[in-house]
Amino acid sequence: MTDSAAPPILPPRQTYASVTDQLASIPLHFPTRRRWLIALCIASALFGLLCVSAAVLFTEGVGIWGINIPVNWAFAIHNYVWWLGIGHAGTLISALLLLLGREWRNSLNRFAETMTLFAVICAGIYPVLHLGRPWFLYWMFPYPSTMKVWPQFRSPLEWDIWALLTYLIVSTVFWYIGLIPDLAAARDRAHRRRWQVFFGILSLGWRGSALHWLRWQQAYRLLAALAVPLVVSVHSEVSLLFAAGTIPGWHSTVFPPYFVLGAAFSGFAVVSMIAVVLRAMFDLRNLVTDQHLDILGQVLLATGLMTAYGYVFEIFDALYSGDAHDIQTLTNRFTGQYAWSYWGAIAFNFVALQPLWWRSVRRTPWMLFAISTCVAVGMWLERYMILVTSLYRDFLVSSWGEYHPTFWDWATYIGTIGLFLLPFLLVIRLLPVISIFETKEVLHEEHREPGHGK
Amino acid sequence: MENEQAAFGMLAEFESAEALVAAARKARAGGYRELDAFTPFPVPELARVLRLRERRVLLLGLYGGIAGFCIALAMQLYVSFDYPLNVGGRPQYALTAFAVVTFELTVLFAALTPALGMLILNGLPRLHHPLFAARRFHLASKDRFFLCVLASDGKFDAGETENFLRKLKPASIELVKA
Repeated sequence: MTDSAAPPILPPRQTYASVTDQLASIPLHFPTRRRWLIALCIASALFGLLCVSAAVLFTEGVGIWGINIPVNWAFAIHNYVWWLGIGHAGTLISALLLLLGREWRNSLNRFAETMTLFAVICAGIYPVLHLGRPWFLYWMFPYPSTMKVWPQFRSPLEWDIWALLTYLIVSTVFWYIGLIPDLAAARDRAHRRRWQVFFGILSLGWRGSALHWLRWQQAYRLLAALAVPLVVSVHSEVSLLFAAGTIPGWHSTVFPPYFVLGAAFSGFAVVSMIAVVLRAMFDLRNLVTDQHLDILGQVLLATGLMTAYGYVFEIFDALYSGDAHDIQTLTNRFTGQYAWSYWGAIAFNFVALQPLWWRSVRRTPWMLFAISTCVAVGMWLERYMILVTSLYRDFLVSSWGEYHPTFWDWATYIGTIGLFLLPFLLVIRLLPVISIFETKEVLHEEHREPGHGK
Repeated sequence: MENEQAAFGMLAEFESAEALVAAARKARAGGYRELDAFTPFPVPELARVLRLRERRVLLLGLYGGIAGFCIALAMQLYVSFDYPLNVGGRPQYALTAFAVVTFELTVLFAALTPALGMLILNGLPRLHHPLFAARRFHLASKDRFFLCVLASDGKFDAGETENFLRKLKPASIELVKA
């Protein structure tokens, strides 16, 4: 499983003590206060924009958005899918690579999981906003109501809330269980009373007993093993929101794998962006090494090519079906009014991706960052394309229409970036942003590898 | 005797995981049974050397999964029974359509029970523990590896145990008060 020929992923001459001190000191003696405060101000401003947008939405109704018949799902569901897809990479990095014994993940999993949490929250608020009357959200839950009605469990819209909430809860628990030993490490490093109390309570009295570790590992690995199929099921279910309808361009069995791969692709792009920024911000080049960026670049390239395969198959699917409406939707995507979203997705997702074939590009942080940004934009365009180009011209010419996002569409979307950044910045301020004990596990393995004659 | 009553155990510090595992093995061989080790990261060999056995966490996951599966399916079947909705003549008890929510709740319960079970079995959360009063124990989350002979061990005797542990060449040794 582990390729013993590969050089160690973490540079030698690091000790358990140096790693612990370096990582625990990030929250305890926060280094880049100024830059962090500036980022926090921007994030707060964006978050404020979201609050204003939501307030206007709740007073005026969804009419302030550009949605109408026939395009009645636009930014709200489009950004929902986009955010949720980003979230999935965190779980995949953390859980899938843990089970596969890929130790390089140990420098990335903590912030990737943190990213998951807040991306899922950003995704989760969208359907609620889209309800129009969000105070009726509880109608989604099965409770014995005086009206004697129950939710419709054969509808993908009902599946959605169960999938999303399960995903949010499991991700949070997985993140927190993985965090407990590090909270204990931070507690033991803290000198100021406030920090001691803060970490002391959060770490739940963890003391690293062998029996505790045994149970902890069982629970952690079991959660990981559950999280991987959960990711696949959640995003497959999201794709069924589309595929279960009969709209041409949506009604296809290609959708679940196509969506899951696209989700992983966009998520790995955002993980790469965060990795580049964090390692520059906190001087973590010894832990998030060039080799980590190299691997992230490779994963990005691989998932990108798989997503491209999905594009090819979508075309094949439409042509092979011979269905006139499917082929018409395909033509609309290539040449219609929203062709820019199709070709934009191709350009940003797949053309911009190609430099990653070169190792030197993958190892240059700013280039990886730029390509990852392109991918995030490209996947955003793809979700837009899938939604709008399918809806704006369906079966009957009489029901054709257009969609143009309004100011409030954009304000809400940009606001959710604040909803993502604000708690993320607070977490990197308050908690160990890279897993301390898992980094030490890697060092432990590396130190004893020569002795094992590998 | 009074001394032993007030003791939690004898704590010995080692500089590497390997040294700790070797010491734990010798302590087992020396007849000590009530042993615990404290490490900054999981050391799988310790479970073998200390003969730690635990299957309850995984079983809890299994039971949780089964419970989640049954609850989800029962809920959806009952809802369809109590409020039958005929949508284009599609089946009222549509197991394929119920599969998604059933799967999600299976995962949810299978994930929550071992997570909570792990904390409860470990006796966490716990705000204080005698070990936290030990002088050098804060290093157990940094770079030191500790072996503790608990006072509940039949063979425990403050003086003798200390002498025994000293032969294992620990970096430090300390009697932890209960």
